[in-house]
Amino acid sequence: MRYVIIGNSIASAGCIEGIRRVDSEGEIIIISDEPYHIYSRPLISYWLSKKVKDISYRPVDYYEKYRVTPILGKKVIQVDFESKEVILENGEKIKYDKLLIATGGKPFIPNIPGLDKKNIFTFIRFDDVKKINEVIFDGAKVIVIGAGLSGLKAVEALIKRNCKVTVVELAGRILGSILDEDGARMVQEIFEEKGVIFLLENSVVEIFGEEKVREILLKSGEALPADILIFAIGVVPNVDIFRGTKLKINRGILVNERMETNIPDVYSAGDVVEALDLLTNEDRVIPILPNAYMQGEIAGLNMAGREVKYSGSFSMNSIGFFDVHIMSAGIINPPAEVEVIKRIDLERKIYRKLYIRGGKILGFMFINSIDRTGMIVDLIKNRIDVSNFKDRLLSDNFGFLDLPKEFRKEKILGV
Amino acid sequence: MELKTKKRIYPKEDVCIGCHLCEIYCILAHSGTRDLIKAFKKLDKPSPRVLVEEKDGYYITFALQCRHCDDPLCIKACITGAMHRDENTGYIICDEERCVGCWSCILVCPYGAIRRSEDGKAVSKCDLCIEKGNPVCVENCPNEALELKELEDLA
Amino acid sequence: MKTLYESDFIVIRDEIRCIRCKVCVRQCANEVHQYDEEDDRVIAENSRCVGCHRCVTLCPTKAITIIRNPLDFRENYQWTARAIKDIYKQAETGGILLTGMGNDKEYPIYWDRLLINASQVTNPSIDPLREPMELKTFIGRKPEKLEFDNYGRLITEIPPQLELEVPIMFSAMSFGSISINACESLARASVEVGTFWNTGEGGLHKKLYPYKERAIVQCASGRFGVDVEYLNAGSAIEIKIGQGAKPGIGGHLPGEKVGEEVSQTRMIPIGTDAISPAPHHDIYSIEDLRQLIYALKEAVNYKKPVGVKIAAVHNVSAIASGIARAGADYIAIDGFRGGTGAAPTRIRDNVGIPVELALASVDTRLREEGLRNQISLIVGGSIRNSADVIKAIALGADAVYIATSALVALGCHLCQNCHTGKCNWGIATQDPNLVKRLNPDIGAKRASNLLKAWSHEIKEMLGGMGINALESLRGNRLMLRGVGLNEKELEILGIKHAGEGI
Repeated sequence: MRYVIIGNSIASAGCIEGIRRVDSEGEIIIISDEPYHIYSRPLISYWLSKKVKDISYRPVDYYEKYRVTPILGKKVIQVDFESKEVILENGEKIKYDKLLIATGGKPFIPNIPGLDKKNIFTFIRFDDVKKINEVIFDGAKVIVIGAGLSGLKAVEALIKRNCKVTVVELAGRILGSILDEDGARMVQEIFEEKGVIFLLENSVVEIFGEEKVREILLKSGEALPADILIFAIGVVPNVDIFRGTKLKINRGILVNERMETNIPDVYSAGDVVEALDLLTNEDRVIPILPNAYMQGEIAGLNMAGREVKYSGSFSMNSIGFFDVHIMSAGIINPPAEVEVIKRIDLERKIYRKLYIRGGKILGFMFINSIDRTGMIVDLIKNRIDVSNFKDRLLSDNFGFLDLPKEFRKEKILGV
Repeated sequence: MELKTKKRIYPKEDVCIGCHLCEIYCILAHSGTRDLIKAFKKLDKPSPRVLVEEKDGYYITFALQCRHCDDPLCIKACITGAMHRDENTGYIICDEERCVGCWSCILVCPYGAIRRSEDGKAVSKCDLCIEKGNPVCVENCPNEALELKELEDLA
Repeated sequence: MKTLYESDFIVIRDEIRCIRCKVCVRQCANEVHQYDEEDDRVIAENSRCVGCHRCVTLCPTKAITIIRNPLDFRENYQWTARAIKDIYKQAETGGILLTGMGNDKEYPIYWDRLLINASQVTNPSIDPLREPMELKTFIGRKPEKLEFDNYGRLITEIPPQLELEVPIMFSAMSFGSISINACESLARASVEVGTFWNTGEGGLHKKLYPYKERAIVQCASGRFGVDVEYLNAGSAIEIKIGQGAKPGIGGHLPGEKVGEEVSQTRMIPIGTDAISPAPHHDIYSIEDLRQLIYALKEAVNYKKPVGVKIAAVHNVSAIASGIARAGADYIAIDGFRGGTGAAPTRIRDNVGIPVELALASVDTRLREEGLRNQISLIVGGSIRNSADVIKAIALGADAVYIATSALVALGCHLCQNCHTGKCNWGIATQDPNLVKRLNPDIGAKRASNLLKAWSHEIKEMLGGMGINALESLRGNRLMLRGVGLNEKELEILGIKHAGEGI
């Protein structure tokens, strides 16, 4: 049995570890156009800020230990699903019995004049931060486009590297995917205290400069001087090489609950797939790290012959900027009829807000009150009726004694 | 390669007296000293990895530490790979050197059993006193309200 | 009103050892210890301390010790500190002084004036590690004679008996006076060791039904928890007439302590006072007592022994004789040192007589009247160790009851504050926060360990006397000598003075 995995990140690790739980014999080949040992993408901002030196996701002897043959630094240009072959850019063909497509996401860059200038970067891969690291200097004027999770992690790193940062965001608030307006304002203030300038409801329309970026023009008509420009608008599933093949793709690759695509023996996992969102009951791309691992693992188990179903997930994020920590999950911008409970302490920058419908939690966002949040996520996942203790959900020390006795006992003694 | 924890601690809420001695001895065990007085006077006193669940005006209390789940969400959610399963014991251990404090594990742990370390830099979680042998919380509970069970080896 | 009563104890905290872990703060139900956030230190309110040592035991750095308040009143033989403080208390409250546990006054302890014999040269001693040693004891009426048929088979019908592996039983303590976990600890220890525990007048909690084979169920003046199922649940029935700590008075469990569990077990409404009248209102004579004894025997189809428990009072031997004649299978005599969950201090400290004297006189009287074989004799209310047990048996007891010793085994520190319901050791309390402090797994182990330890010692002492069965010691007063006792005391005890030969 030969397993071939395209992609060398979280879903791939999940897949490798899933396969090896069942099949210790089969051959595993992992292919990536990046030349690096398996690393964690979220760590690139920590690397840029010099908090970490090593961004490896697994120990150096990982491939050896899991008996994986890595083919790194080589791009896959095509997959022949008929002959079950993966074709590399150098023409090499690799046969597979089972294939995992874990190509992840690719950065979205709007088509604006001047993109050919130097010192324009995205913020996803190790190579991105390596290049940024080479060109930044104390006092460098950096424009970050996009005030989402990765954009603001970039901003944090750049501030720690003594850059002057301006953020341009199309929406009216920052972190629109994880926070509401009150929460966003609270976090924005943190950044502003560090000297970051936010230009909301704005966008870049043109980039000027000779060889390198010198200035950008905003939709508002304003022009800003810039040494470096970073696009962090978002990612889209990296499916280019599969467009036009018989692989079914919507926004992302479509899979069943075993993470198998419409083509037999071809599986997919991670930021490139659409999978079940438990809260909306619809398939969609939820590009978060835990999902990538879990989907990869489910795929790996199934590829190796164990029937396991992916139970679905929902969006959730834990992220910190400077000393502020934010957690959110589920639905953040709910329809009007849901019940809202919240606690806000502007001075201490504490925010706790939950959306409840029919006794069940739909989503929440917490700032600086994050201990034991996993218990709340679990309440969402298990659809527990919280009507009897919902006030306690706002407390910093929410705990098991707030939960129904039977649920508590089963949870703790049942494992 | 199915790895599971070989031991797990179960609380007995009927006889937990809420004294917090489990937390106190946990602090000692992870303080790098063998003397309670020294451990508590240290500036970088570690935070306890066991938590006594209690609620004002309610008589039930019990101590809870990491369950060392068979299907650990914390490992899956960890962005650095710091959270891992020890190959010999099956315990779930966080390599504090590699942890960057993103708290993704806190977001997914259904037991709320993972905490931020006192200095806020890395995760602090129960390691079942892997270096000492038997967990000190169990050994020092004055009312035997924590039970260490050896689990059947399924492998 | 400003109190004149200065604290009995002083808490001494070693500030260097104190790590502010607050275990003492959490553990003291009397709220002696408090953490002062501002100064980051734990402070003590000495006046609330009862000297139970819960904090001392649990403090992980051993930073706490408790001493008696050294404050001295002006020296006065007549007016002791306690006498003065009692008056302050009553002047401030206008109430009866209440206390817990047994009489702690300086009356003679006769156990400590009795010495046990040992063999030398003749009638050699026995090594209990090498030779069998019998402690088995039967409680119940013994037949006058045994008859056998032509094949040697016993044809005499033997009245119902309690079979004990050790001559020590746990005496009556109700669920209510002690916690369910304390009851369970003793019940499980009884099963483990092969002896009996006693429900007291609290009824039989459903949680204790698994241990009913080892229970003596009590029927007291309040008849709490008594129905036919209850009577049939235990292995014997005990009619409680009185108890050593408070002879002549009844009991009172205040309504606030009658929660759901106590209510169900005692079969009374939640929140009502559980009042045990001083007398049984249907017993005004030995004849009345006989009626109750036979009513109970009838209820259990004569399958279980029915005993009567009385306090040791002045006329104890005549009363015991009456009880024997009324048809009881055993008499339990409770001495004036016997404990209680709550009693008026003056009664506890001044009413009743020492059980050693009561036992000797009852045994003597029953022998003289030829009744001794018809009834078993159990004594309680002062037994502290295995030597006390040996001495009681030699004075004529069939078995002993222990309660204070059993509670001490469970962790009781004799602070004498049972009546407050705030027992920090989880024994004399119904507060769920405190009850759980006594883990029945640990309690059962500690209580059974105590009985096992004592039986080892009893065997050692029996062996020393050259006796290999406890039966041979029973009433064998020649094995005892008195020391420092006057003629009258020796006469009542039926023993010779140390130094006198046979």
